[in-house]
Amino acid sequence: MNREIVIRTEKLTKKFGDFVAVDEVSFEVYKGEIFGFLGANGAGKTTAMKMLIGISKPSYGNAQIGGFDVYKQTEQIKKNIGYMSQKFSLYEDLTIKENIRLFGGIYGLTDKEIETKSEALINKLNLSNEANKVVSSLPLGWKQKLAFSIAILHEPKIVFLDEPTGGVDPITRRQFWDMIYEAAHNGITIFVTTHYMDEAEYCDRVSIMVDGVITALNSPKGLKEKYKAETMEEVFVMLARSAKRGE
Amino acid sequence: MTGKTIMKQLLTFVKKEFHHILRDTRSMLVLLGLPIVQLLIFGFAITNETRNVNIAVLNNSKDQATQNIISKIESSKYFDVYETLTSNDQIEKAFKTGKIRVAVVFQQNFQNELAHSNKAQIQIIADGSDPNQATTLINYLSTIIMEYQNELNQQSNLPYTINTEMRMLYNPELKGAYSSVPGVMGMILLLISTMMTSIAIVKEKELGTMEILLVSPMKPALVILSKVIPYFIVSLINIATILLLSVFILGMPIQGSIFLLIAVTILYIFCALSLGLLISTITNSQLAAMLISLLGLMLPVVMLSGYAFPVANMPLVLQVLSNIVPAKWYIIMVKSVMIKGIGIAGIWKESLIISGMTLFFLLISIKRFKIRL
Repeated sequence: MNREIVIRTEKLTKKFGDFVAVDEVSFEVYKGEIFGFLGANGAGKTTAMKMLIGISKPSYGNAQIGGFDVYKQTEQIKKNIGYMSQKFSLYEDLTIKENIRLFGGIYGLTDKEIETKSEALINKLNLSNEANKVVSSLPLGWKQKLAFSIAILHEPKIVFLDEPTGGVDPITRRQFWDMIYEAAHNGITIFVTTHYMDEAEYCDRVSIMVDGVITALNSPKGLKEKYKAETMEEVFVMLARSAKRGE
Repeated sequence: MTGKTIMKQLLTFVKKEFHHILRDTRSMLVLLGLPIVQLLIFGFAITNETRNVNIAVLNNSKDQATQNIISKIESSKYFDVYETLTSNDQIEKAFKTGKIRVAVVFQQNFQNELAHSNKAQIQIIADGSDPNQATTLINYLSTIIMEYQNELNQQSNLPYTINTEMRMLYNPELKGAYSSVPGVMGMILLLISTMMTSIAIVKEKELGTMEILLVSPMKPALVILSKVIPYFIVSLINIATILLLSVFILGMPIQGSIFLLIAVTILYIFCALSLGLLISTITNSQLAAMLISLLGLMLPVVMLSGYAFPVANMPLVLQVLSNIVPAKWYIIMVKSVMIKGIGIAGIWKESLIISGMTLFFLLISIKRFKIRL
């Protein structure tokens, strides 16, 4: 494969005292790919992701994000990634427009850029009537879609989504995934963690983490064939059952 | 990252912070209304001044001298003769009704004794259940009686007379505002700057937005700075309100340089803000931040800063402990500049202590903030 690699980790490890949260993890993610990062609670997903987005220093091992080193070039990494956390990540007491303006300003967009992008975004999400309403008045599904749009407002190379669809109804989840496909189509690499196995089926490739180690990494189809399973859920349960770490 | 982008990040973020403050009406009321309410309560309602205190008189002599003294007491603004008693056993009854605070008892043959033996006795009985007030009242009464004595001495033209004249320096009318204004300033600024900043920062952690900010290219120091700036501005507004109120409503003039007063106040605000920062690094919940600010700061300020209780009268341990309360030093500075009109030469030591504390809080906060990342 000659595809451009945007995330590369080599033996990436995080220890907290004696506890090895992430144990020598190595993988690669390609440009424009939707990469599903699965694992049971406590498997080390969030810790691994925190190292990749530059808010947690690895104990040892290497990683390059968008070609930048996680030890030395965190500033460049931050400019080139977007992030949406499992906690809702917009300011509830600000209006939609104010949230867009705030994050545009933080990512160094000019006033003109912010103006055009904000208009395009609001039209695309059909929110023109709500543009000057505070975010807390919106239904959760809309908020999540808005949060995703704002996370890719500055056109990052990679966007990290930490359980983005928690608590959202199936229809909205489907719409949310349409947005993800569109972003991927535009060349943005998607790195997503999720608990929903139907969502795992939507990914180009999926890695499954058990006890700090990646035990499987392939396309959903490839994994199902290998483990002779009908669904991703069966694959996941098969692998996650061997976990020794409790919650 | 260029200077222009940083300025833009800062401005955008400060604006956002003001949106938070302005949209939360309850916080707004607390932020801007609290100083006014506190100052008025402490300045007017709760006061150490005593006026029109009811007293009882038991006059066993009924002569010119005792009449003169009684009318002198009555004419002072501090006392009203509420009842005239006729026997000793009525004294306790009068106290028990709760209507009087002090009883004044003249001995028999007061004038005679005074004229012939130069020695006459007045007994002052005060309600000791409130010792502070009792002491104040006895002092007032003694002063009035002494004044009468002085008048007598002048009439008789004795060659040697000692005139004792009492003067309360800097606060001749013993106004309560003189002690409550500096105290309220020390308390309010700490409350607003420390509690509100720590809550505002911890709130971002609680909501998860802090994580988003840390992943963004905005520098953590810049995030903190832009969270602090709005509360700094609010504190300045509060200072203006407090000073205007105290000068124009409570009648407490600023004797010294107003610029010096504002300068030391800004120094104190820095100290309070850095303390708020420190608190925000040791907790992750808004409730905890509030409790630490309230219990950990408000109580020491009220108890140990010398605002409510004189530090010199405390046990040694508490006296030593009071030194680590920033408000203590600030209140000393405010009193010096505002009431006594002292210049920078008289308060450099206190300013240095507060600067040192600010630096200390900042260093620990920065260190802790990094560890957390």
